[in-house]
Amino acid sequence: MKKVLLGILLGSCLGVFAQPSLSGGQVTGNHETTFQYLNTDTIIGAFAPEQKVVMNSYTNVNYINGKFAAGMRLESYLPAIAGYPAFYSGTGVGYKYLQYNGDFVSFTAGNFYDQFGSGMIFRSYTEPALGLDNVMNGASIKVRPVNGIELKGVYGRQRFNFADGQVIWSEGIVRGLDADVNFNDLIPSFSESKLKITAGASIVSKYQPANNDTLRIPKNVAAYGGRISLRYSGFFMDAEYIHKINDPTQLNGYVYNTGHGALINVGYSRKGLGINLTAKSLDNMVFRSDRVVEGNQLFINYLPATSNMHTYILPGTLYPYAPNFAGEIGYQLDVLYKIPKKTKLGGKYGTDLNLNVSVATDRVRHTSSENFDVDRISYEGRPFDMTDSLFNFDFNLNITRKLNKKWKVAATYYHFIFNNDVNKVTNFASGYIKSDIIVLDVTYKIARKHTLRVEAQNLWTEKDRGDWAAFLAEYTFAPHWFVAVMDQWNYGNSNENQRLHFVLGSVGYLTGNSRIAVSYGKQREGILCIGGVCRPVPATNGLTFNFTHTF
Amino acid sequence: MKKVFLFVVLAGFGLMSMISGDEGGAPKKVPSVMLKDLDGNTVNTAEVSNDGNPIVISFWATWCKPCILELNTIAENYDDWQEETGMRLVAVTIDDERNKPKVKPFVDGKGWEYEVWYDSNSELRRAMGVNNPPQTFLLNGEGDIVYSHNGFMPGDEEELYDEILKIADIEE
Repeated sequence: MKKVLLGILLGSCLGVFAQPSLSGGQVTGNHETTFQYLNTDTIIGAFAPEQKVVMNSYTNVNYINGKFAAGMRLESYLPAIAGYPAFYSGTGVGYKYLQYNGDFVSFTAGNFYDQFGSGMIFRSYTEPALGLDNVMNGASIKVRPVNGIELKGVYGRQRFNFADGQVIWSEGIVRGLDADVNFNDLIPSFSESKLKITAGASIVSKYQPANNDTLRIPKNVAAYGGRISLRYSGFFMDAEYIHKINDPTQLNGYVYNTGHGALINVGYSRKGLGINLTAKSLDNMVFRSDRVVEGNQLFINYLPATSNMHTYILPGTLYPYAPNFAGEIGYQLDVLYKIPKKTKLGGKYGTDLNLNVSVATDRVRHTSSENFDVDRISYEGRPFDMTDSLFNFDFNLNITRKLNKKWKVAATYYHFIFNNDVNKVTNFASGYIKSDIIVLDVTYKIARKHTLRVEAQNLWTEKDRGDWAAFLAEYTFAPHWFVAVMDQWNYGNSNENQRLHFVLGSVGYLTGNSRIAVSYGKQREGILCIGGVCRPVPATNGLTFNFTHTF
Repeated sequence: MKKVFLFVVLAGFGLMSMISGDEGGAPKKVPSVMLKDLDGNTVNTAEVSNDGNPIVISFWATWCKPCILELNTIAENYDDWQEETGMRLVAVTIDDERNKPKVKPFVDGKGWEYEVWYDSNSELRRAMGVNNPPQTFLLNGEGDIVYSHNGFMPGDEEELYDEILKIADIEE
């Protein structure tokens, strides 16, 4: 540990004396390092690795000069932090690219992230917190032949693993084309219209060699679809439909069914009011560049999550919902309303209300007319054809009100019905887990730069590990410091020996573009979700040091 | 193994302190990325301008509480700030497809009057080296990035406004 600290000091000192000479062009980038010192704590189920200390680190650097850009990311997992995918190890270059950005054409060689439409057909992205990265390795081109039209082509292999500092690329190759048309830009006489129309179409195909004695596996599998987006004053509608041809994979049991994805958002908003209704239908829509890989790797597309992303710890990590891989039908209603300020009900500053309801169910599998022995089509799925088999129900209502210059209060109520047989998050229950949660969040401004925030949360459930309470106190003094302490207490566990406290203390320092945070204590095993993709994280007991910097 | 570890730490931190220091080179600008605004119009981020007045670029997301606190706090002062300095704020949302449909209702629901860009696949976020939101950049009248800040605590808005005042062309 001492040596490491010495190294940090030395490195920083060296840096101060170095004088890079950059004439023309600019360097941007960011860095993040997470160290953990882990203890074994058999009561909560935390186990220290042999190395005791683990570290994740990455630095992105972009060099931009006029229309040219180049960049890379160096990554280190020595070894990876607790709960991170085990296939991350070593130090090496995880991402590199060369890019030209012209007005008419842009192209990238090497690695690139991109997305077509809502991502239901193609989305290459990274979530470092989840260890998720399906960056493409190949080339991409964007052409804007006339104002209002953009054509994109992508071609490459996908990032699969990062082993001993080397990226392992997918065996399969992904090829895609996308066209996007903005009619208001394209047609001059339409440019001032209140009606805004954009539309797009995509096709993506993957190639993977196949050797199978019993089945004729398609080596090339395509998906295609279109989208439209309309805006008229406060009203909006976005819709996308994707069709995937037969795609036998290990996950779907090598059936030759087609797949579909449909996503519709309709809404209205004006100052002080926002309404959004989402409808989604997915069937056999996992689209990967490798037919035998499972888990979260090598996704070509993104399965849209249509439930609220909860950020408080109990509603966010105990029963979080992610789309079912096989398919589902989902609906969501989201309403935001601000009771106007200076009214009796709204108070001096107004009051924010947010209602969110979402439901996801299984889809109907039409089997009667199928002849499985001949065509290996196990069923037919039709868009929005739902069953009453519930996957998830989520009701939540939030009220936020600033009382005066010093006090602000937010209260949220949640009701979840979670089907643990479909998306398993706990070994202590089966079937439906019903839970009710209340979260109170109070902010008190002590002085101009001193603020105290307190969260009190309680979760009631008859199943799983029973009731939980959580308490957080966070003291910030701008512009540099924050101190926080959190306790999660499983007071309702039916096993009295498991009525545990998980106490975690944190201290952070922010300055300009750097943030250093140190936390010590116990973290409960749970599910970490970002953007509808989830990963289980193990219980840990120890010290975590996190440093981020933007340059 | 330990040596590699040491080397990485050394190299990483050395590189960082090097770059974070005063580069003495040309001032940084906003990189060119094609994004869409709330109405579906394509914007070239490098062409952002405000008639020679200051621009604040703020990265946020609907699920990021400190971001919302920052944008709400600025919203309370926005009329005054605009009147006094001619500044404007562009709020770049990094919400991905899950939350993207909620952005417009969210912005309207909060009553924010900012220009909003969708950075749904974090392209601008990567190009500008943003780790986690909120991250705020201040551009002067020439489009040079003169100040940036990560995170938000109540009171930080006053530091931002002091920086805006430094570069604003204020008529006495």
